[in-house]
Amino acid sequence: MAVVTRDGDTATAAGASRPAAASRPMASRLFASRLFSSMAGLDLLARIWWTCLSISLFAGLWEFCWAMGWADPKLLPPPHIFLGNIAEQGKFFNTATRWQVGSSMTEGPSAFESVLITAGATTARVFVGLVLASVLAIGVGVLVRYHRVFDRLVLPTITLLSPVSPIAWLPVAIFLFGIGNAPAIFMVVVALFFHMVLATINQIDGVNGNLINVARTMGASKPQIYARVIVPAILPGMLAVLRLNLFGAWMVVLVAESTGVGYGIGQVIMLARNTFNPSLVFFTIAIIGVLGFVFDWLLRIAQRRILYWLPDTTERLRGL
Amino acid sequence: MAFEMTPRFSSKDAVVCRGVGKTWAAGTKRAHEALRDIDLDIKPGEFVVFLGPSGCGKSTLLYLIAGLEDATEGRIWSFSEEVETPSPERSLIFQETSLFPWLTVWQNVSFGLSIRGASQEERRSVAAEALQRVGLIAAMDKRPDELSGGMRQRVAVARALAMRPKVLLMDEPFAALDVQTRARMQEFLLDVWRDSGASVLFVTHHIDEAVALADRVVVFTSRPGRIKTIVPVDLPRPRNLFSREAEAMRIQLTELLRDEVDRAFAEQEAFAVPA
Repeated sequence: MAVVTRDGDTATAAGASRPAAASRPMASRLFASRLFSSMAGLDLLARIWWTCLSISLFAGLWEFCWAMGWADPKLLPPPHIFLGNIAEQGKFFNTATRWQVGSSMTEGPSAFESVLITAGATTARVFVGLVLASVLAIGVGVLVRYHRVFDRLVLPTITLLSPVSPIAWLPVAIFLFGIGNAPAIFMVVVALFFHMVLATINQIDGVNGNLINVARTMGASKPQIYARVIVPAILPGMLAVLRLNLFGAWMVVLVAESTGVGYGIGQVIMLARNTFNPSLVFFTIAIIGVLGFVFDWLLRIAQRRILYWLPDTTERLRGL
Repeated sequence: MAFEMTPRFSSKDAVVCRGVGKTWAAGTKRAHEALRDIDLDIKPGEFVVFLGPSGCGKSTLLYLIAGLEDATEGRIWSFSEEVETPSPERSLIFQETSLFPWLTVWQNVSFGLSIRGASQEERRSVAAEALQRVGLIAAMDKRPDELSGGMRQRVAVARALAMRPKVLLMDEPFAALDVQTRARMQEFLLDVWRDSGASVLFVTHHIDEAVALADRVVVFTSRPGRIKTIVPVDLPRPRNLFSREAEAMRIQLTELLRDEVDRAFAEQEAFAVPA
């Protein structure tokens, strides 16, 4: 399967839709393709610009409320306060070593290092949990549709368990896995798995029947139809589901970390709550936001690379 | 079983239907009869058009012949073998695009071969040959979303031809195309049909299309679909569709269909107004 970048794609598609372009000399076509790639660069710059603007607008509003005296800096410290003393706040991320015997607040990694360690640990838990949950859920979802007996045996239980809040699983996670990475990952998996199974089944049921019929008339067996038609056909929907669940994973991992795990962003939030430190709360929220944003951005890039065949509809929507 | 005594039929025929009926959702409250008592013989190399009002079950019959659905009554044979499962010998072409969007044109055309585990070179050469026949060799490495609707349908025809079918089943394949493209596609289909020697079963609700294409037109009644009559079209090919004979044919078919459409309408109205 050839993986094509989006920019190359739109350039060739645009070329194909205009037969006149094909007859033009080589040089002008080269120019056209360069123009397209530079426009893609401009597009990216514009997107970064808008992202910054969006965030500054929000931060500006907050600062304005502070300046007017509406927001109490002790309760709702504006960005310049909670970001201003990063070094000070960073020290609190040193939960990684505090529970170790003989360590104190002043020993161990530096403030900056502790922030990195803590954020990295949480990110790793989200990532592992997300991968495990999607692999399991897609596997089970496909099996449910593939084997009718499996469907009847498993689906009722999955439907029964899917409305259970992840909070309810928290004690189970601790009973089963104690303290460490395992309960946090378990929480992410259990929070996403059931919904993703149902989403997978939903996606399979939505596959265009004609595609399946075509494969059948060509003599494809059931495993071949699943592998070559159904799985590629549900990929776009599944990646969309994955993106939505990414945010779910970030939410759940904090809950898990706030109790069962030695260190992580959830621990810092709990610490901030217990020590009444609003600055630390907002600083941590900012970190979570940035991490989630970057994760989502990476997933979107992956999505575009994997789903090279999907037409881009943003242009069409913009034209409305 | 009524069919213990095998009814006589010419075993060389491309498709033979005897007493075929289909009830959807049989045995439930939502059961409705789509087809009843279909007896039909289609000779090898014959071009037969199924004509009838929308929802009369003509597409259902096509699916039954393809082996994609099981008949609830009667039996179907193709070249003296009973139809039980789909087979590459009977290729089906749909109204909407049924190309795999994630594959290139040539990969789509050779999909059937890749199912059988053919090598890349073999697949590419078979695909090239089939695409040559539909005049789309230049689009070989494109993806379906880069093609127009007419081109996509030609690729679908090429994909069917690559399987070297003995029967081509076409379910309103040109219904989504504009009138000019459709006329071009009809000429194209006749060329393909002549070259391939396959029987074509072509579903449509367009009388013009039936007259342009068919050796015989099978006219269906409205629901449940039965064969109202079979009209041979004895116009010489290539056909002059503006001739008086063609016009007379169209008028005859229009008359035949009108009763059925009226009946279908009356039924739908009775359905819509609660008693």
